[in-house]
Amino acid sequence: MVRLALEQLGARYGRREILTNASTPWLEGGALTALVGANAAGKSTLFRRIAGQLRGTGSVRLSDATDSDLRYMPQDTAMTAALTVYESIILALKQGSGGWRLSAKELAAVDDVLHRFGIAHLAEQQLPELSGGQRQSVSIAQTLVTRPKVVLMDEPTSALDLYRQFEILDALRRYAAETGAVVILALHDLNQVMRTCTTTIALAGGRIVETGPTLEVLTPDLIRQLYGIDSRVERCSQGCPMMIVDGPAAQLLTA
Amino acid sequence: MSSVATEPARHAGTYRGLVARRLVILAGLAGLLLLSVAVDVSLGPARYSLADVLRTILAPGGADLQMRVVVWDIRMPMALLAVTVGASLSLAGAQMQTILANPLASPFTLGLSAAASFGAAMAMVLGVTLFPAAIGLMVPVNAFVMAMAASLLIFGLSTLRGVTVETIVLLGIALVFTFNAALALLQYFASEQALSAVVFWTMGSLTKATWGKVAITAAILAVCTPLFARRAWALTAIRLGETRAAAMGVPVKRLRLEALFLVSLLAAVPVSFVGTIGFIGIVGPHVARLLLGEDQRFFLPGAMLSGAVILSATSVLSKALLPGAVLPIGIITALVGVPFFMALILTKGRKAW
Repeated sequence: MVRLALEQLGARYGRREILTNASTPWLEGGALTALVGANAAGKSTLFRRIAGQLRGTGSVRLSDATDSDLRYMPQDTAMTAALTVYESIILALKQGSGGWRLSAKELAAVDDVLHRFGIAHLAEQQLPELSGGQRQSVSIAQTLVTRPKVVLMDEPTSALDLYRQFEILDALRRYAAETGAVVILALHDLNQVMRTCTTTIALAGGRIVETGPTLEVLTPDLIRQLYGIDSRVERCSQGCPMMIVDGPAAQLLTA
Repeated sequence: MSSVATEPARHAGTYRGLVARRLVILAGLAGLLLLSVAVDVSLGPARYSLADVLRTILAPGGADLQMRVVVWDIRMPMALLAVTVGASLSLAGAQMQTILANPLASPFTLGLSAAASFGAAMAMVLGVTLFPAAIGLMVPVNAFVMAMAASLLIFGLSTLRGVTVETIVLLGIALVFTFNAALALLQYFASEQALSAVVFWTMGSLTKATWGKVAITAAILAVCTPLFARRAWALTAIRLGETRAAAMGVPVKRLRLEALFLVSLLAAVPVSFVGTIGFIGIVGPHVARLLLGEDQRFFLPGAMLSGAVILSATSVLSKALLPGAVLPIGIITALVGVPFFMALILTKGRKAW
């Protein structure tokens, strides 16, 4: 089983310290892990530090995986290249391998992610013609086509409609279960987190304040600490956990 | 979802079709280039038939001396220099646009040609040589040294500032203005004879072609092309955006510096031989991008071929437009190329850039 643990990770931009002593116990692969926190809490910095794009103190420990098994998906940005979706995924697959030829196995891997993430119908489209949500789905396929064992995704569902959010999160959950990969997702929708992620890491002010089973981490106290919102976490009539907001947001509505 | 079992084969098949179509386009461009070179060699003040010229090329021993000299020593170097220079400038522009993520980028927007013109003018106006050992080649050597100095300056300063696209582009623009002002200053003080030499040089011309120049430009292409080809996947990935490419493991900054250096070589040498032929570096890559997309496995040879075809065809036009005269090719490139280029942009509906 693939596992990942952070030990005292730090990162800074110039003199400003963005990440301080970020440590976690061993995170088990095979299921989804959420990374939650307010804007500018340091989520992207933590990902970039783990992915080796930023230097700093501390270390990332991997078991049953190496640095080259890790893939990081940055937040959504425009893609203006004159490439088809299919070509852009081939591109992600061929990085580092050098050769110009494509084997039948490689083409099959591209087809597999296209179907897995529901974008087969976009295969021949040009990248600049995609909508934001389509682009995000293509990004996810680009990230997973190499079948990485450690996956870090920065807000992978922020541009997706409700149906696509469920579809993509379900596909990611199945990917983790099949490959045993450690999959960490930075997410803002806490109800989605409770529904799909077994483990949650909570980040505030560049420090990891809590790591553990999602329902034990996402308490009303912690949600208040992270976002400044008063809420309750309750079970719906079907038994699934839900966060209900009574705090400032609800007060604003009724004021 | 019942079609899932058959769908994968369909997409891989469609992709193979796309690859085959691109190979046909590349072969077509190569054919076009051969044709254009043949016509180019057959045209000139001395009127020979195409058949005679072809016979002289294929069996030089059988042709009379005058024809052999005209075809082999005058027309062939010119025609082939058009090919190597067109390919070099277009490849330079293509990679510049790639690493700077900017459709307007070309070796000339970074001040390379302005620097080269200034270097050439130093030789023609002041008689100053930057490399005393090559006094006979004062003009091209000066132009080359200044162009490389300009790009090394950008290289050095952008390394200090973190090699971002903005730094490189802004430094380049600053250099364009600096060298243009310096050139104007030289022209202001130049004698009438020197002034006309400078003006003619900046118009760009293939008439001083020699086999030596053909060999040097071809050698530089032969060195640079494999270096870019080895990085084909990484260069293509840069066009998905810097963060995305970095996340795929592409060493973006190092690649940018390496490419910048190769581009400088690819642009500085041709410019020092033929003067300013700026348009090719922008239009060649765009033609290739419209025809072939940006997968560098096709884009790289495509940009070289389209640049070579355009400059070769322009060379033909520069002889054909005014019978008996050879117009400066730098002028014709832009005048004839722009309408063609606009038509291409307006008829192709793609949204890339």
